[in-house]
Amino acid sequence: MKKPTLITTALMAAFGLAAGGAQAQISDNVVKIGVLTDMSGAYSDLAGPGALEATKMAVEDFKAKEKPSFAIEIVSADHQNKGDIASNKAREWFDRDKVDVVSELVTTSTALAVMKVAKEKNKIALVSGAASTRITNEDCNDVTVHWTYDTYAVANGTAKAVVKQGGKSWFFLTADYAFGQSLEKDASDVVVANGGKVLGSVRHPFPGTDFSSYLLKAQASGAQVIGLANAGTDTTGSIKQAAEFGVTPKQSLAGLLMFITDIHSLGLKATQGMYLTEAFYWDANDETRAWSKRFMLRAKKMPTMVQAGQYSSVMHYLRAVKATGTDNTQKVMAWMKTTPINDFFAKKGTIRDDGRMVHDMYLMQVKKPDEQKYPWDYYNVRQTIPAAEAFQPLSASKCSLVTKH
Amino acid sequence: MVEIFGVPLPALMGQLMLGLVNGSFYAMLSLGLAVIFGMLNIINFAHGALYMAGAFLAWFGLQYWNIGYWQSLLLVPLVVGAFGIVIERTMLQWLYKLDHLYGLLLTFGLALIIEGLFRDQFGVSGQPYAIPDELSGALNLGFMFLPKYRAWVIVASLTVCAATWFAIEKTRLGSYLRAATENPKLTQAFGINVPVMVMLTYGFGVALAALAGVLAAPALQVNPLMGSNLIISVFAVVVIGGMGSILGSILTGLGLGVIEGLTKVFYPEASATVVFIVMALVLMVRPAGLFGKEK
Amino acid sequence: MKYATPAYAVAFLLLLAAPFFVYPVLLMKVLCFALFACAFNLLLGYTGLLSFGHAAFFGAAAYVAGHALKVWELPALAGILLGAGASALLGWAFGSLAIRRQGIYFAMITLALAQMMYFFFLQAPFTGGEDGLQGVSRGSLFGLVDLEKDINLYYFVLAIAVFGFWLIHRTIHSPFGQILKAIRENEPRAISLGYDVARYKLLAFVLSAGLAGLAGATKMLVFQFAALTDAHWHMSGEVVLMTILGGMGTVFGPVVGSAVIVTLETELADKVGSLVTVIMGAIFVICVLLFRRGIVGELLALRKRT
Repeated sequence: MKKPTLITTALMAAFGLAAGGAQAQISDNVVKIGVLTDMSGAYSDLAGPGALEATKMAVEDFKAKEKPSFAIEIVSADHQNKGDIASNKAREWFDRDKVDVVSELVTTSTALAVMKVAKEKNKIALVSGAASTRITNEDCNDVTVHWTYDTYAVANGTAKAVVKQGGKSWFFLTADYAFGQSLEKDASDVVVANGGKVLGSVRHPFPGTDFSSYLLKAQASGAQVIGLANAGTDTTGSIKQAAEFGVTPKQSLAGLLMFITDIHSLGLKATQGMYLTEAFYWDANDETRAWSKRFMLRAKKMPTMVQAGQYSSVMHYLRAVKATGTDNTQKVMAWMKTTPINDFFAKKGTIRDDGRMVHDMYLMQVKKPDEQKYPWDYYNVRQTIPAAEAFQPLSASKCSLVTKH
Repeated sequence: MVEIFGVPLPALMGQLMLGLVNGSFYAMLSLGLAVIFGMLNIINFAHGALYMAGAFLAWFGLQYWNIGYWQSLLLVPLVVGAFGIVIERTMLQWLYKLDHLYGLLLTFGLALIIEGLFRDQFGVSGQPYAIPDELSGALNLGFMFLPKYRAWVIVASLTVCAATWFAIEKTRLGSYLRAATENPKLTQAFGINVPVMVMLTYGFGVALAALAGVLAAPALQVNPLMGSNLIISVFAVVVIGGMGSILGSILTGLGLGVIEGLTKVFYPEASATVVFIVMALVLMVRPAGLFGKEK
Repeated sequence: MKYATPAYAVAFLLLLAAPFFVYPVLLMKVLCFALFACAFNLLLGYTGLLSFGHAAFFGAAAYVAGHALKVWELPALAGILLGAGASALLGWAFGSLAIRRQGIYFAMITLALAQMMYFFFLQAPFTGGEDGLQGVSRGSLFGLVDLEKDINLYYFVLAIAVFGFWLIHRTIHSPFGQILKAIRENEPRAISLGYDVARYKLLAFVLSAGLAGLAGATKMLVFQFAALTDAHWHMSGEVVLMTILGGMGTVFGPVVGSAVIVTLETELADKVGSLVTVIMGAIFVICVLLFRRGIVGELLALRKRT
């Protein structure tokens, strides 16, 4: 520390440079899409490599159909379901690799973390896999779109149906982080609003491996319905162990967030009759079947709603860039919010001010083994929940973008 | 319904049973650690990774080679034990003359390698291993609901622990082993091949870990991270018990499993930390551990 | 040692210029880990104590500083100092327990205590559990310098790191440092010379924990995030690896070690995925079997020979 003058000079120079260093946004004629997802963990089956594949399909289809004048690149990374890894990666992508949009973001904790970085760097975040309603409420911002579904929508579909079937008393088995807590809260509200009651809940660490001691608690509660406020391998694991400990069939399980991949890995025998709410079913109509079969050829399994939603969101974004002729965040966001979404995934979908993309949801019931006619024939669609009812109404929103006006 | 301190009896017994299952794994693993430490003066950090490898081998065998649970119970410990011998011959044996900490560091590195390889191959989500038909289902004892497989785990691991104790304390081979632990040079002078005994001891210790892994596979999901989380708790068990006595490690392991189970009933918030809290308390009162010898 | 002063000066100038050539966030990460490893080296290299639980101090300070900044809205520097202070306090508690045993037991006890803290952080409400403490704003330094700008923050982090290195350097070369080395070389002899060894060990432990905390709190500020990763046993292992790879008991070893490991991890993460862990493990094994003096240690030995 013998040359104070030198240090001060250097520091002054640095701060001076930093202050004058704000650059105008120049589009480098490349649109770079980041896919940040769980490639190897508890949610890799429902999002992960399949979501990356869906993104590639979207880019290829867009290039073939729209013949854009700009180049499109995809980068992807495994966030391992950890918020800090996701946030660091997104920061690096925005700062160093000129990524324009980060997408997928399964696991609420990673989505919440990346949304904040996106806001700070003024880039766009397209959320497909993450579920918590916090994304469009307490933590909402104007650069994020929440595409596929949320905890309100699935609780509203599934929990309501189960209560109406006579499952009045509930006990929750909850994944202990933002997603599970949101799902438990939203489902409790629905149960109570429909005349049921909640006896209690127990929280398990995420990701969990041994659910036995939590299931014993749920068993001891005597509740008719054990609500599984978890997802992916946590859900499949708890369903299996519930059978081992004799929890089922005395008490029934309600998988509040289940995906077609979960049904596929558990089999119809273990899941028949369960209700679940999804944004997408491959076998719903000709359009969904056509797209899903193309996906199946590439990914070797049928798409989950997360993967289908990922395609839909990336496609909408690319169309926005082409229509506005810029990758400027505000202009692209404005186009996306004013243009309705009409594709195989959603009909007349719209993006609200809080960032929620609203579209129809479907209440499904899992088929009995003898009802299955061909592979992946798993659901009976029991009800279409129209967009206006499927999601939390804007009047109840806690999002500052909405309440401000 | 009968209740104890406001907890329904079946729930209490259920948690106690789960505690005993966990305690069985603690006991088998800390026993292996103690046996290895006695001979090699090394704390085997790779123990958890080898336990995980045991579970994965069983899963792999069932999935691809049609090797059932009962065959795995025998084959997997042999394979992992042989792997242990390779580790001992190629790496560990060069460290005996150095500070004991190097053994810990080396096995830590091995643990990372093994865990990383399995993560790379299988991801971190669990792989299911079906409970063998003979042991699936449960017994309704009236006062509790006892899944057969969990009962089997407790019985099997207690048997293995008891047999190990018997072999070391009561047989001729065991007496050589104890002699070699006390004074390797003198034992060597009596014509006993100490390096071979050291090698076999390490192989046996890790085989125990692998056996625990096979037992765990159907009860838990097979997961690349299952070993590392467990082994740190086992280290605490070892500190609590002190590594001086075989019987000590077995009893401490089971005891702590039960304590953990009870914590889940009465104060679940502390169930993950209770083992470490007990360790801190024991260190304050009796630094050498419950069964350790004060130096 | 006659080259020492110019060497320091050159290194310092390079560090001043570095952010104009290298991604500043990466540089800051290296600086934080270098400080962390140096703090750890104070214990392993100069006192001969292998702590396998230093992540607890790294993580605890991150959480405390994060909470102070986010909820209490303290300024950045105050938050960081509070975090470091909390870690020193935690170090005192852990140290008092762990120094009751030696060698391998010491390592296992620190590991177990750190795991206890990990579970505590997982469950305590103020840490955000699995979600972590997100979106902590960096604020400004004395209301004058805007730390949200990476380049400004870089010089702030550099100043903290240089302060940490200076403190460690002074400690090593003080009479206190000499006593620590005496304990490392021969503990019974230090006792027979009349030194209260336990007290010296504890002091070294507290100092090391506090500086590890300083590093953890600073890293939190850089990434605006305190997470369980910081307190996980993997992190404890990583700092051991950095120190051994660089050369334990050398002044610059841990700095070199951390630079190598952080760069490796950053560059490899996307290319090889989970195999990063395998590579780290392999480096561990190679260091222990063939290369126990570490990079800087080997270089020093080479120079001595010629």
